[in-house]
Amino acid sequence: MAWTRKLLRVNLTNGTVAEEGLNMGWANDYLGQRGLATRYLVDEIDPQCDPLGPDNKLIMATGPLTGTNASTAGRYSVICKSPLTGAVACSNSGGFIGAEMKMAGWDMVIFEGKAASPVYLHIVDGVAKLEPADDLWGKSVWEADKALHAKFQDPQTRIALVGRSAEQGCLYAAVVNDLHRAAGRSGVGTVMASKNLKAVAIRGTQGVGNIEDPKKFMETVKAGKAVLAENAVTGQGLPTYGTQVLMNVINEVGALPTRNMREVQFEGASKVSGEAMHEPRKSDGKKNLTTNGACFSCTIACGRISTIDRTHFSVKDKPEYWINSGGLEYEAAWALGPDTGVDDMDALTYANFLCNEDGMDPISFGSTVAAAMELYEIGAITDSHTGGMELKFGSAEALCWAAEKVAKGEGFGKDLGLGSKKLCEKYGHPELSMTVKGQEFPAYDPRGMQGMGLAYATSNRGACHLRGYTAASEILGIPEKTDPLHTEGKPGLVKAFQDATAAVDSSGLCVFTTFAWTLDDIAPQVDAACEGDWSPDRMLEVGERIWNMERDFNMKAGIAASEDTLPKRLLSESANSGPAKDRVCDLDKMLPEYYAARGWSSDGSITSETRQKFNLPG
Amino acid sequence: MQKSLHIDPGKCTGCLQCESACSLENEGLFNPAKSRIKVFTFHEEGRFVPYTCTQCDEAWCMQACPVDAITLNPENGSKDVNADVCVGCKVCTIACPFGTINYNASTGKVVKCDLCGGDPQCAESCPTGAITYIDSDATGLDKMRAWASKTDNAGA
Repeated sequence: MAWTRKLLRVNLTNGTVAEEGLNMGWANDYLGQRGLATRYLVDEIDPQCDPLGPDNKLIMATGPLTGTNASTAGRYSVICKSPLTGAVACSNSGGFIGAEMKMAGWDMVIFEGKAASPVYLHIVDGVAKLEPADDLWGKSVWEADKALHAKFQDPQTRIALVGRSAEQGCLYAAVVNDLHRAAGRSGVGTVMASKNLKAVAIRGTQGVGNIEDPKKFMETVKAGKAVLAENAVTGQGLPTYGTQVLMNVINEVGALPTRNMREVQFEGASKVSGEAMHEPRKSDGKKNLTTNGACFSCTIACGRISTIDRTHFSVKDKPEYWINSGGLEYEAAWALGPDTGVDDMDALTYANFLCNEDGMDPISFGSTVAAAMELYEIGAITDSHTGGMELKFGSAEALCWAAEKVAKGEGFGKDLGLGSKKLCEKYGHPELSMTVKGQEFPAYDPRGMQGMGLAYATSNRGACHLRGYTAASEILGIPEKTDPLHTEGKPGLVKAFQDATAAVDSSGLCVFTTFAWTLDDIAPQVDAACEGDWSPDRMLEVGERIWNMERDFNMKAGIAASEDTLPKRLLSESANSGPAKDRVCDLDKMLPEYYAARGWSSDGSITSETRQKFNLPG
Repeated sequence: MQKSLHIDPGKCTGCLQCESACSLENEGLFNPAKSRIKVFTFHEEGRFVPYTCTQCDEAWCMQACPVDAITLNPENGSKDVNADVCVGCKVCTIACPFGTINYNASTGKVVKCDLCGGDPQCAESCPTGAITYIDSDATGLDKMRAWASKTDNAGA
């Protein structure tokens, strides 16, 4: 059990809500959350549909462990076809709304069609209603969240929303929940806004039960928590520095993409690092970091709660930003910092606040600004486009200005909202877009980390670190150390990470646990909670099935295997400093072996044997 | 030795493990909505504060109850609600200055922390030590030690 076995189907065109039983046959094959919701998506939409049209669907889904007291068991995912990539989008978020959905008695909510005018969905336990949201449209996530909480008079209601960037069509808009957690990548917020759906507000008081073997579950959960507490990364590094523990480490190994990935080391890295967030400021003696905050049920608590220096140019006349809110995590800090060449911590924190306030994916936003800065440097973008703003690498003013413009969809912010790929195409230099399948890179340079290059090239949602985090092995030695500069063994490593991650993303647990946990720690918790036998091997099989299903969808959507590649810069312009100096990413040495390990043909297509083995849908 | 729940908000991360543990112990489900301990998030101040009954000696709730449904547990000092006797009048919820005894509409009775009979699950589940179950006579010891360590006696 552990599943509630119920889903809510919301037809926005007709304004109807209906309860449905969860397809337990599919739950057996795909577990929950990422896997199960994608199975529904694959079944219900045409892969070639317009991502921003009424035929696309948007699914919010929990995993079987979501809402339990297993550590990190508060995750949910938002699944749809992506407007940024045209591929399957599946973005994962923590905070509290996933657990609240489960507490209200729902495994997932499927949104279909498009509302004639703005609406929000209000769920209180078994009762769900669509309500008008005309008064919320045009408001930021933070403003609309405040207005809804005031209306409900209930601080315990959990709310996920889209901001103004999504309303204005920014292609990398996020769905933000609990003010500063986000289903961030691939433009899932853009799809939500395209349906005129402003918010989903949930109050759940029914609780989560249905644990198959409660005694065994408590034992496995307790054992799991002990492993996390004793591990150096999850027990010390992440609580103290958050994911920002990586900034100096990745810079030192020469894999910190800098200035639109022209370089691999940033001279200002230490100024925007996790360690720097602990340094008292000159102006008021306070640190950037106030405290660490946890998502539901998480015993790691990597979340950063930060403030901006009140005397900083970005906020000195804006007391509304003199508050604590979600601070910099590593990917955001990198995209807003090293990739744009900006080393001003307060500017980064301000831009990060705006990404939360108006729902932009900070990775795609920062990377797109970086591309725009390079286009400006070569004269393809000029002051006439920007209205006079000098979009120079290293300009904190330009970064903050860009965040304000994209947040509201104003002026040049419309162009920046296109994402790096379409921006670079529009200004005549597609080669300057650091993307795979239209999605911007995160914070690991494939020249200094060969495995990540293959992981990016083959990720089912475009460039992404969370689809196969071989950095764990290549840098941190988890589960065992591999040489980041060598390609040997990487295809198998990438596949193993991709499959295991797909399973974790389908369970309700956070992938950050895998700094300490293997499937040998995770499977027993799933096994105790759920009916049936959930061994580590079965989890891996489920993960591989999910991976193949996602790939199959993408190919049907028209994304050819030839897009399993990297920008030319990473394949032919070698790193200019650090341990990876003179290296490029040797993708061609890894890709054929990867296809073979996947049981795909040499042209990257899924063979009929593999299709049969995993019983892939139609 | 009598023990008390001791709360150090500075260590709380707002994960709600305590609420899950409390509701599991008392309601048989993971259900923070029914937890006797609550974590309050003061988002803009960056603070998380767990809050629950401190088991007052002269307990207002116990004094106010017209049917003597709330009694002292001599073993651990908790004030326990006898649900069979409680008539759901809610006078105790008015009397309690701290709001830590509450009515449960689905049962028609009030509920409050009973220290899980001497093994409080909130403290057991807390990953950061923000909630501990310690000697009642020494709840200030850690704070004293912390301030003592800052005392400069070099000039003495």
